[in-house]
Amino acid sequence: MLKTTPLNAAHRVLGARMVDFGGWDMPVNYGSQIEEHHAVRRDAGMFDVSHMLAIDVRGPGARDFLRRSLANNVDRLRTPGRALYSCMLNRAGGVIDDLIAYFFAEEFFRLVVNAGRAEDDLAWLESMKERQGAAPELLPRRDLAMIAVQGPRARERVWQALPGTRVPTEALQSFHCAQIGELTLARTGYTGEDGYEIMLPGPRAEALWQQLFGCGVKPCGLGARDTLRLEAGMNLWGQDMDEQVSPLDAGLAWTVDLASGRDFVGKAALLAHPQRLRLLGLVLTEPGGVLRSHQKLATAHGVGEVTSGTFSPTLQRSIALARVPMEVETGALAQVSVRGKQLEAKLVQPPFVRKGKILVN
Amino acid sequence: MKTPEQLKYTETHEWVSSEADGTLAVGITDHAQEVLGDMVFLELPQIGKRYAQGEACAVIESVKAASDINMPVAGVVVAVNDDLAKAPEQVNADAYAAWMFKIKPDNAGDLDSLMDAAAYAGHAAN
Repeated sequence: MLKTTPLNAAHRVLGARMVDFGGWDMPVNYGSQIEEHHAVRRDAGMFDVSHMLAIDVRGPGARDFLRRSLANNVDRLRTPGRALYSCMLNRAGGVIDDLIAYFFAEEFFRLVVNAGRAEDDLAWLESMKERQGAAPELLPRRDLAMIAVQGPRARERVWQALPGTRVPTEALQSFHCAQIGELTLARTGYTGEDGYEIMLPGPRAEALWQQLFGCGVKPCGLGARDTLRLEAGMNLWGQDMDEQVSPLDAGLAWTVDLASGRDFVGKAALLAHPQRLRLLGLVLTEPGGVLRSHQKLATAHGVGEVTSGTFSPTLQRSIALARVPMEVETGALAQVSVRGKQLEAKLVQPPFVRKGKILVN
Repeated sequence: MKTPEQLKYTETHEWVSSEADGTLAVGITDHAQEVLGDMVFLELPQIGKRYAQGEACAVIESVKAASDINMPVAGVVVAVNDDLAKAPEQVNADAYAAWMFKIKPDNAGDLDSLMDAAAYAGHAAN
């Protein structure tokens, strides 16, 4: 039996093609994934991301618990409403999950984690709590739905659909959120465009979805979500990193705080095993196929591997993220093995696209 | 899901149309394009090449995945649709107008081994 979000019926009414996504019955598209992708780059689109889990960390010791549990430093969160992207590591320095940590108050943080990792994350965090003798409560918020509204016109459409949200969120900066009654509006996303991720009580989700739809926001499925995040150079857990991969080898060194004196789970392993590989972008320079995860590539400095690949609707070419030897530089060419053929691709620094603009050539 | 009556179908979701000149035009079904999603790349077979029935002879890639296109009956490729290779999204727009290649079958009677529209509709629904 697949799990469903409060928007399941709404997806079906819209004619969504539904798929089993890690045990969740989710829309992959509502017709054309490429049209949905363009809507987000050019106007505004919305995604049901209610399968992701919010975990509230409440009570005394909440900050200390997260200082120890997350690779990024929650001490950077000092103003209520600030958010931080972080990995959660195992002792060997592998990535258990990546998440966004929101700071509401000294004894109230919220972690938003990947749907497919939620149970493992909760079990891990509970075990960490026991080991640290820490006091905060971990509250999985299955009662919350999440709708991501993304695109250059996303914010104005949200203000239109939710009267009263403009004033409290207009000055909100990237990676900040505001709580308005039962709603949390965060200026975050997974597309490389501006917009909000809105958390709200499940029973209110369908009404908001319909209001946004009425304001011209295009429903978008998980297919477009993947091409958008890849163009934006954002990692996907399970493809670009996992429990066997160090965040340093997955292009996530910028999220790991090795500089401060703070100890955290996985730090000793990262210090003992410095970065070995780098995550770079690939742009296919000739026709012949599509880059896909697990394809091998030959570089001047050894073999690399594609971790995520797709066709980029914005570049109109195939693009990928690939783990390659440290010596490989951007601008170099590589030969990628695509269905038995060797195709040429150029190494580039991700992101490929941000705010509607192509950043690589 | 559309399944035109006048076509024949394979278990691997190709459609086959009998042309006036005795050749067979081949494409993929509406059901297949719907499952695969937006098409972005098409690799066509070589004209003049002979393939056995069921042999992979072309590749279509959607945003999501690559899929082989199989020879519906044994025969020789006599034409390929280069215009479609330049605009593979036409497969999504109208799967039954988007022929990919034409073959001269080794044995015209082999067509009888394929499914009719009703049988294919049942097959695709499973």
